Amino acid sequence: MRVGLFIPCYVDQFYPQVGIATLELLEKVGCTVVYPPDQTCCGQPMANSGFEHLTGQCTKLFIKNFNEFDYIVSPSGSCVLHIKEHSHETAGIHNKIYELVEFLTDILKIDRLDASFPYRVGLHQSCHGQRGLHLAQMSELMAPPFSKPARLLNMVQKIQLIDLDRKDECCGFGGTFCVAEEAVSVKMGKDRVADHAKHGAEVITGSDMSCLMHLEGILQRQKSPVKVKHIAEILNSTIE
Amino acid sequence: MSSSPNHKDHAALAAQFNKDEARVDWHDQTLWFVRAKRDRAAAQVPDWETLRDTASRIKDNVLSNLSEYLRQFEAAATRNGIIVHWAADAQEHNDIVLSILRDHSVDRMVKSKSMLTEECHLNEFLKDNGVEVVDTDLGERVVQLAGEPPSHIVLPCIHWKKEEIGQLFHKHLGTPEGNADPQFLTHAARLHLREKFLTRRAALTGVNFAVAETGEFVVCTNEGNADMGAHLADVHIACMGIEKLIPQRRHLGVFLRLLTRSATGQPITTYSSHFKRPRRGQEMHIVLVDNGRSTHLGRKDFRNSLKCIRCAACFNTCPVYRRSGGHSYHTAVAGPIGSILSPNLDMKQYSDLPFASTLCGSCSNVCPVKIDIHEQLYKWRQVIVQEGNAAASKTAAMKTMSWVLSNPGVYHTAGKTGRWFMLNVPFAVKNKWNSWYLQRELPEPPKQSFGQWYKKNRK
Repeated sequence: MRVGLFIPCYVDQFYPQVGIATLELLEKVGCTVVYPPDQTCCGQPMANSGFEHLTGQCTKLFIKNFNEFDYIVSPSGSCVLHIKEHSHETAGIHNKIYELVEFLTDILKIDRLDASFPYRVGLHQSCHGQRGLHLAQMSELMAPPFSKPARLLNMVQKIQLIDLDRKDECCGFGGTFCVAEEAVSVKMGKDRVADHAKHGAEVITGSDMSCLMHLEGILQRQKSPVKVKHIAEILNSTIE
Repeated sequence: MSSSPNHKDHAALAAQFNKDEARVDWHDQTLWFVRAKRDRAAAQVPDWETLRDTASRIKDNVLSNLSEYLRQFEAAATRNGIIVHWAADAQEHNDIVLSILRDHSVDRMVKSKSMLTEECHLNEFLKDNGVEVVDTDLGERVVQLAGEPPSHIVLPCIHWKKEEIGQLFHKHLGTPEGNADPQFLTHAARLHLREKFLTRRAALTGVNFAVAETGEFVVCTNEGNADMGAHLADVHIACMGIEKLIPQRRHLGVFLRLLTRSATGQPITTYSSHFKRPRRGQEMHIVLVDNGRSTHLGRKDFRNSLKCIRCAACFNTCPVYRRSGGHSYHTAVAGPIGSILSPNLDMKQYSDLPFASTLCGSCSNVCPVKIDIHEQLYKWRQVIVQEGNAAASKTAAMKTMSWVLSNPGVYHTAGKTGRWFMLNVPFAVKNKWNSWYLQRELPEPPKQSFGQWYKKNRK
């Protein structure tokens, strides 16, 4: 199984360790992973700002980079959702692109992981992954609960998952929203962080690094001891 | 009031609201309480999701056959003895209401809750023409006494604390200073309004549902104030947007079950009053208002927002609304639904509203008629930019970003030379003007990007 690894631009630039964890994790579970070196971005920053019409070249480049693979996997629900829903002329790639968590649970159907992470962890359900890709049941719907990221985290040794008062409230990142609507964005982030802290989280995890970057920025400004880790880092962790 | 006093946009008004963080917490928690109550109420209905789906389909049918249902409704209502008026826009609506009042030499009127009349700025218009309007919904009366527009379509004064209402009533209704007991204040309002109900000869109400087959309309209130007004008045004027129709009376069995559970978590409104014909000696008018709805109906991507039954579930669940307050939307209908309805009325004035969202999608999933609200927010952004409503600086930045991200060579060079991201991506620009840094840090740029690491460690 040849997997094309799509590392979103901001992860490439700011959080290489998340890209590394994703790559190692996929290799551990038996995938042949290739990272096409000429990849850049899915185009979402432009599209969500109302400039979808400027994303044509980005999409073309994306197709050129990833068309040859059986599967395309990315550690970002938001970028994957953008490719699936808002990029046009995708030459079929929207049918073979997967967010990391859903790739592990739905395609590889893994039921065990050789991982250990001895911390109290709060799971932040990023909206695009949850409501867009249905990685977990949303609290708005009257439907049976499930959570693919929680299922994976529960395979990790020594991890303690905490409960939250509001299990799927948005963190307030929202792309350019985070600077255009700074006051509300930060307030939303502070409230999310407070919910995790209140329940004793040592680490906040999630499947979208953008949300975690925003929460991390707030935690650091508050000089909080709480850390953020992308879910790939925890699933790839061997800390005893 | 459609425009804010200083023409500030949502972000600026929200920033103002956020200066009092404790108040934001209180506002957020109050509305989250309503959302949680909605969840519990919805969970008690078997097949809630089927009910939503059914309501959505009925409304699809209505929107696809609107002109026929309107004619059917007009004929049936006329047969029932109701006088039917058609208003193309807000001005015509206001003129019609005024002319009815003038025909009866009425210069004082009671009005129950009607967001349509807020949309048309009827109160200001009537005041300018010498007609006094008293809003009889308690929350509406509070904001009216305060000289403010409602901040929420179901809970108009949700942004007011009871102590503040105590002060307001002390000033306007003469209640004892410092008394903030809700029951006492409600009783004072009741006495105050009772006199208005008894002495006003005209009453205006909104319409929640108009039934095409029977020509009747249904008004839902918790306070019975629509009934008090209409039953005591010689003239009853009901104003409705043309999208409020449902085909048959039996469809109320779907909508009345959804409306209040979605709105407040109650199983049903205290009063769901059917008005079918004027009582003897009374005149009953209904004003059917378009005001941009036909245009909206013609916008394929946006038409289904006309399904809205004004329950405000999307307000209560919206993490942005809860932390920015209704007035930050500077429009009659705030919240997520207002952000997709308002640009149709005036794209320039409301070009900020579709951006006042993280596109989290919670709104679309609480919506009892399944409007794809967050999808429409995204689509409005595209339309607003395409029609030239984006700032030149933003357009230039986006073009640069698009160019860099479409050219791997440029992207990699830019990345290496001091991390292109730190200089170009809107949230990452590290300077004192970038609002990211007001209350947040960014990670220190790593020594190498993932791409560079991969090159060294694989293959």
